Amino acid sequence: MTISLETLPRHQAAVVDAIDWTRLATPEARRLRELGFDTGVPVQVLHRARIGGGPVACRIGRMTVALRRAVAGAIRVSVEPLAAE
Amino acid sequence: MDMPPLVAMVGNPNAGKSALFNALTGARQKVGNYPGVTVERHSGRLALDDGRPVELVDLPGAYSLEPSSPDERVTRDVLLGAQAGERRPDALVVVVDAANLDNHLRFAMQLIALGLPVVVALNMIDLAERDGLVLDPAVLARELGVPVIPTVAVRRRGIDVLRATLTDVVGTGRAAIGAVTLPDEDIAVLQRRARALSRAATVSETPTRRWHHALDSVALHPVFGPILLVGLLFVMFQAVFSWSEAPVGWIEDGFAALDAAVEGAMAPGFLRSLLTDGVIAGVGAVVVFLPLILILFLFILVLEASGYMVRAAFLLDRLMAGVGLSGRAFIPLLSSFACAVPGIMATRTIDDEKDRLTTILIAPLMTCSARLPVYTIIIGAFIPARQVLPFVGLQGLVLLGLYLMGIIGAFVAALLLRRTVTKGESSGFMMEMPKYQLPRLHDVVIGLWSRALIFLKRAGTTIALTTVVLWALLSFPKAPPGQSQVEYSVAGRIASGLEVVVRPIGFNHDIALALIPAMAAREVAVAAIGTAYAIDDTEDASGAKSLVDHLRGRWSLPTALAFLMWFVFAPQCISTIAVTRRETNGWRWPLFMLGYLFVTAYVMAGITFWLATFAGL
Repeated sequence: MTISLETLPRHQAAVVDAIDWTRLATPEARRLRELGFDTGVPVQVLHRARIGGGPVACRIGRMTVALRRAVAGAIRVSVEPLAAE
Repeated sequence: MDMPPLVAMVGNPNAGKSALFNALTGARQKVGNYPGVTVERHSGRLALDDGRPVELVDLPGAYSLEPSSPDERVTRDVLLGAQAGERRPDALVVVVDAANLDNHLRFAMQLIALGLPVVVALNMIDLAERDGLVLDPAVLARELGVPVIPTVAVRRRGIDVLRATLTDVVGTGRAAIGAVTLPDEDIAVLQRRARALSRAATVSETPTRRWHHALDSVALHPVFGPILLVGLLFVMFQAVFSWSEAPVGWIEDGFAALDAAVEGAMAPGFLRSLLTDGVIAGVGAVVVFLPLILILFLFILVLEASGYMVRAAFLLDRLMAGVGLSGRAFIPLLSSFACAVPGIMATRTIDDEKDRLTTILIAPLMTCSARLPVYTIIIGAFIPARQVLPFVGLQGLVLLGLYLMGIIGAFVAALLLRRTVTKGESSGFMMEMPKYQLPRLHDVVIGLWSRALIFLKRAGTTIALTTVVLWALLSFPKAPPGQSQVEYSVAGRIASGLEVVVRPIGFNHDIALALIPAMAAREVAVAAIGTAYAIDDTEDASGAKSLVDHLRGRWSLPTALAFLMWFVFAPQCISTIAVTRRETNGWRWPLFMLGYLFVTAYVMAGITFWLATFAGL
């Protein structure tokens, strides 16, 4: 099952399935790659800032990265059935 | 004389580069600037094991060789030998975070591909081990083809081995390098290779409950996070005022003693007056703010070094996005409460050009410490020390109001600027959140020391010069008996011209006089009024009165309030204008900043004066 990173429940283990690069500005897309976002990489949502649409903090590889909701929305993730506790 | 070989330290942000740099060079370091850009250049001398000296330069952290901020551009240009005022490095120390190899190895591989002799410092290996990660440096060294040295910069572990390896590499490594070229490889491909390499070098990994995750669940909590942030800011501003009280007293006493010593040692006359009324009074009025600035910077450095600052940016991103900025603007804006100059310099980490420009333009609206002497004197003279609520005095409330006025003004300005002159796509917010770390005393002290030096240099040059010039303009030509010296002097005549312009907003001749030298630095306004009254006092048979008595006698309450409001907005600081010019590469934006802030200051001071007058204050 794939969902967007924006709606991924907190602490739910997932893997990046696809990134819609067309929805991102060029420098944004490059920085996202530099921070290690790529298909097949494990990702997890750790925190969401306020309910009003603040950024999300997620675990990617061994890093914690803050992203705006719009960027998170461009990232499709597949939920690992095993880790779904 | 031959220049010693240049070794550059380079790596991702948060790899612990600066700590390693400090561990290698100790106190023997120099902070300068790259010509044309305001990126700080940190360099230091280091003796290799065979006695050869090398110069070590700490390059700004970067994610790749494709720059997206002025900082990263310097890193790339130095590495390619294209940076003005810098030699091409003869060797590199590539710093990687042992606990984040997946990501840092990718940049390390790009750097190794440049073909310069390289030593890799596998830094913060202790933190990786604490997180349950066991690595094999030998595997990394074999796969990368360069020496890999495990280090713990903050505990000085591995430093000797690193220096010994550097001795082997410098000058002997792959010598005779031709033109360095940029390796043309896809980030995603490199990233996959880095991840594979990281897996190969990992001996074992035991998941542990990481304490920084526990900290984050409080710091980033939707409810407790903002409460913690407001609490921290409150403690910070509280400390700035309460902790500084005693040291400010010592500095004041020191300058008073110096003044008395000069008075005693010299015969009355031109030179003595220049030294006491001009230099000592002027510089003293500024140096007393050193404790406030250092305490504010202490908090900012600790918040930054601990990793909390990025959490604050995360919490505030939504709020900042509302006025077209990003959470990243929080760090420069917070620094601007100490001084707009380092604040504006801190905007270099903002990738988006429009976003960065907007932050620069509103930074002077944060109440910097130079406004405090002006605020405290005027509030002390005109606002009664009355309790309005338990623990809440009227004077404190007015001061808080002035701070809030600046913040609200900045938000409104950002909103308007983003819709007009700095219009553009809303910028993003994408930031690595570093692990929490206990800030190291040594690094904090070095940071504070360089801040103190910059401030004292400014007080010793710009401000001393301005006060001396003002003193001279006020003292000549000598007024005939019966006329006021201040009115008769050159400065007095210039002020009379300016008075025509500022009269409609309730400003009198004294204020017009103070505004001119205050262009150099706001705090000079107080010294200027003080000097003017002191020079007039000597003419006056009735003897010296305190500055506060003078103010009460000569200013009305609406005038005083308008003066306060003026200082909330007026861009009266040469250093800010100069740093804006440097940061924006031209006169266009500093002139725009001067224009929009002066107009705002004039209008707001006028509104305040007339409202207060009609309210019968």
